[in-house]
Amino acid sequence: MANLTTEFLGIKSPNPFWLASAPPTDKEYNVVRAFEAGWGGVVWKTLGEDPHIVNVYGPRYGTLLGNDRRVIGFNNIELISDRPLQTNLDEIRRVKRAWPNRAVVVSLMVPCEEAAWQRILPMVEDTGCDGIELNFGCPHGMSERGMGSSVGQVPEYIEMVARWCKTYSQLPVIVKLTPNITDIRYPARAAKAGGADAVSLINTINSIMGVNLQTMTMSPSVGKQGSHGGYCGTAVRPIALNMVAEIARDPQTAGLPISGIGGVHTWHDAAEFIALGAGTVQVCTAAMVYGFRIVQDMCDGLSNFMDEQGYTSVSQMVGKAVPSITGWSNLNMNHIEKAVINQDSCIQCGRCHVVCEDTSHQAITATKDGKRHFEIKEDECVGCNLCVSVCPVPETITMRTLAPGEIDKRSGKPVPANYANWTTHPNNPMRVAA
Amino acid sequence: MTAPDTATAAPTDIRSGRLHAEQYQRNFCDAHAPLSLAQARIEADRCYYCFDAPCQTACPTGIDIASFIQRIADDNIRGSAHAILSANPLGGMCARVCPTEVLCEQACVRNSNEDKPVEIGLLQRYATDAYFAKPGAPLFTRAKASGRTVVVVGAGPAGLACAHGLARLGHAVVVLDANAKPGGLNEYGLATYKTVDNFAQREIEWLLSIGGIEIRTDTTLGKNVTLDQLIAKYDAVFLGLGLSGVNDIGIAEPAAPGLRNAVEFIAELRQVDDYATLPVGRRVVVIGGGMTAVDAAVQSRKLGAEQVTIVYRRGPGGMSASAYEQDWAQKNGVTIRHWAAPCEVLAGVQGVTGIRFAVTALNDGKLVETGETFALEADTVLKAIGQSFVAQPLGAKIELQSGRIATDASGATSHPKVWAGGDCRVGGRDLTVEAVEHGKVAALAIDAALQA
Repeated sequence: MANLTTEFLGIKSPNPFWLASAPPTDKEYNVVRAFEAGWGGVVWKTLGEDPHIVNVYGPRYGTLLGNDRRVIGFNNIELISDRPLQTNLDEIRRVKRAWPNRAVVVSLMVPCEEAAWQRILPMVEDTGCDGIELNFGCPHGMSERGMGSSVGQVPEYIEMVARWCKTYSQLPVIVKLTPNITDIRYPARAAKAGGADAVSLINTINSIMGVNLQTMTMSPSVGKQGSHGGYCGTAVRPIALNMVAEIARDPQTAGLPISGIGGVHTWHDAAEFIALGAGTVQVCTAAMVYGFRIVQDMCDGLSNFMDEQGYTSVSQMVGKAVPSITGWSNLNMNHIEKAVINQDSCIQCGRCHVVCEDTSHQAITATKDGKRHFEIKEDECVGCNLCVSVCPVPETITMRTLAPGEIDKRSGKPVPANYANWTTHPNNPMRVAA
Repeated sequence: MTAPDTATAAPTDIRSGRLHAEQYQRNFCDAHAPLSLAQARIEADRCYYCFDAPCQTACPTGIDIASFIQRIADDNIRGSAHAILSANPLGGMCARVCPTEVLCEQACVRNSNEDKPVEIGLLQRYATDAYFAKPGAPLFTRAKASGRTVVVVGAGPAGLACAHGLARLGHAVVVLDANAKPGGLNEYGLATYKTVDNFAQREIEWLLSIGGIEIRTDTTLGKNVTLDQLIAKYDAVFLGLGLSGVNDIGIAEPAAPGLRNAVEFIAELRQVDDYATLPVGRRVVVIGGGMTAVDAAVQSRKLGAEQVTIVYRRGPGGMSASAYEQDWAQKNGVTIRHWAAPCEVLAGVQGVTGIRFAVTALNDGKLVETGETFALEADTVLKAIGQSFVAQPLGAKIELQSGRIATDASGATSHPKVWAGGDCRVGGRDLTVEAVEHGKVAALAIDAALQA
């Protein structure tokens, strides 16, 4: 069993799996159950000022489901904690005392006024919690009141509030970023400039889950109307991975600790976030779909993977895949692949053929000698990977890299051995000398 | 089973009411429970939506299976039913009775990597059941009236499909049937547990709702009306006569109670209101290897027979009942004995007491009797060795081939005004779904001929 112990901003946790600030970390009862199940830490559901906010008592969640009702995406319109501040503070104190080896970070959201932050920070610090996370991410409800994502969308505000927090608190400060923005690097840079110790991302994405076509009402709705909510779950993971990687490889923020969030359902997902630069991961939807014990499967899988790969600590994996990400201009134009269909495992569904024929490069046969037969036409194949993507049988269509010197049947030319990218390509009017 | 060598070895025991009422109810309910909404969606999700889908090619009526399944998955039952019923107006019954294990489901590409095809038959049933439960506006409407009238002889699957096709094309159709109810084998020839809740008649009711089709029952060709009269009176004739003859077992058949045709037994079961009133033997032997043999044997068990044995003269591979059907029989407590041909029906004063079989074997590819014999005790012997076409009502008007009506691919017979389809036509596999295709194709051919 690999050692999953994680240290993030000096906060130790027995594993990198933290519950994100969200409904599962709303109160002592839930958090204790989470710790009993094995979660490494929690980010307590966002505290605000008294009088506490009020939630709707109608549907707060909506789902994007597969036909077997597997949850693909999830959204919510729940606001921050709807309990008195002191109740939360008392519970946080008790939980941290009872579970000293688990990370307890407290999420905060108060108006963008220095006095408000100055007031709440000492109270939070007094609980004995390990750190604070600034909720600049929630896209629903609170954003209409000038908080949440409406702060996260203005880098200047991020920097300003982060600075106040560093000024009025000794605790590590994590800034939670909203993905509802054009370029995630700007808010991350602002957080760093404000002195934040880390960023966490992504918060949820503005979304409408659907429309009830019988009533012509958006869903979920509270009575006759609904409001856009925050989207999360498996479906958002690719977006989150990209944003994490953008920050990890931006020279201005490289090295800034990241807590990765967004559709972590398995150890595999977590390992991907870690490989792209996350020091811990935060989970919500998986817990809301399966309950807290899912963390045991996550820990077990991650541990087995680390053992198999020879990693002895999570930190060894952090950012390992970041160098593999680059701009399109740097891609090697001399690297050529062709799809190969394994005829022994091909089940002859023909999906590769029809998608290639209809939407790509007409590079897969449908028949051979009058018989149903799917085979790559190398003289047409551009190596796009579409057939691999739609093939229902794993490992049946694979990509083969052409060796230098081998003739690319599509161009009729040998594959060059050298690396050459767009910046030097003859078709590039802005090319530079190779 | 020890062989009784005397004809009076065991007392005849044929009686009704062998079971409790709830046992009958349980035994004759749906053999395969329909899919629930959740099951249908999960199963629909398994379809790969193949290019040039092999299942569609394997379907004699060419139903666009990928589309109808996709439409179940995306909550478009009406569209799903349209995809099915436009290719096969009896798609509801075919979903129940098609040997899908040798048709669409055998061709499903999922067999290749997981040995578990998409449950196409059950999905088709789901879509058609859901549609029939709430049909809404008509799926099909009639073209402008052509002023032509076509007579269809036989209201079985071929005749009904032909009638529906002709009605869609604007022709008036008169359907004659010898029986009291339309449906042919759908009404009289299938095991009860394959088509519960009077489905055959409900489906026909829907099929006729297109309008323009008049059904005349209790009208037998060659008895109430002649082919010459039909040819003279109508613009075209479609013969969907089925197979009304029953093959002999080729040995002496004593006129003893207990020896009967399986098709009669099956028809009786389909028409009875109370299964408890149907007599069944304690020991039943069914001779034959087709679906009729299986349906008769399994239903004998379900009526309470203790020992039911199917005896077939060749091996399992020679049976026209599919492996699935054979398995179904065995699961229902039917014993199947291969390589034995009947040689003597044993009967006493009360009726049948048993039947003696000659053991058979293949010798240089020829089926021969080895000289060994054995006898099985039985108070009922059901003959299910196939049905035959009775050509007599046709007179000399229509050319036959191998004892059935010779046609071209469109169903055209040797007479320019007569088409034929279904089991009475030469060259088929005697499947319901094939009969439907014959009727469908013939309707188009008749329409083309009438417009020429």
